[in-house]
Amino acid sequence: MVRIATWLLLTLLWMGIFMPVFAADWAGVDETVVEHYAEEYGRSARDPYINTDQGDLLLFVFTLAGAAGGFIAGYNWRKFFVEEGKGESRKGEVHA
Amino acid sequence: MKKFSTKCLTGALVFLPIPAYAMHITEGILPPAWAGLWWAVAVVFVFFGIRQVDRRKKEVEGYLPLLGIAGSAVFVLSCFPIPVPITGTCSHPAGTGMSAVLLGPFASVLVASVGLLIQALFMAHGGLTTLGGNILSMGVAGSFAGWIFFKGGRKVGLSLFAAGFAAGFAADIFTYLTTSVELGLALHGAHPLTEVITKIFVAFLPTQGPLAVLEGVVTGGLIRYVHQHRPEILVRMGVVKTVQPVQPV
Repeated sequence: MVRIATWLLLTLLWMGIFMPVFAADWAGVDETVVEHYAEEYGRSARDPYINTDQGDLLLFVFTLAGAAGGFIAGYNWRKFFVEEGKGESRKGEVHA
Repeated sequence: MKKFSTKCLTGALVFLPIPAYAMHITEGILPPAWAGLWWAVAVVFVFFGIRQVDRRKKEVEGYLPLLGIAGSAVFVLSCFPIPVPITGTCSHPAGTGMSAVLLGPFASVLVASVGLLIQALFMAHGGLTTLGGNILSMGVAGSFAGWIFFKGGRKVGLSLFAAGFAAGFAADIFTYLTTSVELGLALHGAHPLTEVITKIFVAFLPTQGPLAVLEGVVTGGLIRYVHQHRPEILVRMGVVKTVQPVQPV
């Protein structure tokens, strides 16, 4: 099952990254759906109060957020699955 | 230390998002009355989320590291645009199905709210006036749909992977359904409400359908992974009752 899941995941990734299709602009659904219908029904989006969507600033913010999120996830993953796992197996050895 | 750094770096690279707009309702789209209402509803759920975290961190050993993993995963996944070639557009998973199963639905609302607040403040993603609406769709609807489908799936005898798949899939779909309802209620004007909601939801589906399947696979796979490697964690979190042998999918 893990193998099937891995293949499915790889297929989806491949479809997503390496298969360019008809003049796709890869806009987000907030633009293609949310803003599109909002405008159709008379509302339009406004700039965020803190607008980081300027030049490469947004790239910086997203990179920083991704790195921080990945670090926190990795740190806690290790704490939870590696360090605690060792503790559990030590407890098991003592009881055995 | 070297292994630790490698794991952190791998995590960071795997989850590293690229800048793009994605799913959340953009700043200014909801009229003030609706924005205020969704804020009020969201605050109630966030309050119960804080209480659930406060209670469970005392009761369940290792709850906080798991909160850290699930919280950062929800944050990163919800600003991680994935291209869908069928439509040529991008959207992102919610991650709240996974966090609801592991942490509990109210705690999952809390972690989603923190993620959405950071995105609204600093990442031009969503908005402060629409934050309540976004918490309601991704946090509340996503978490509760995921949790209910997981529990329901287990009750009818689904394997952990299948129930996890249902949780991830439902969390994603119900997030967008709720977004459609929020937009429909706020924007329909003289048009029939159900027609507007259906129109918006149907427009989401070609992009979001494949991502919901992907999210289901990831959620089911993660729960199965934890069950294979540290089953006692799932017992501790109340996801399964006892440590059982791994079931066939």
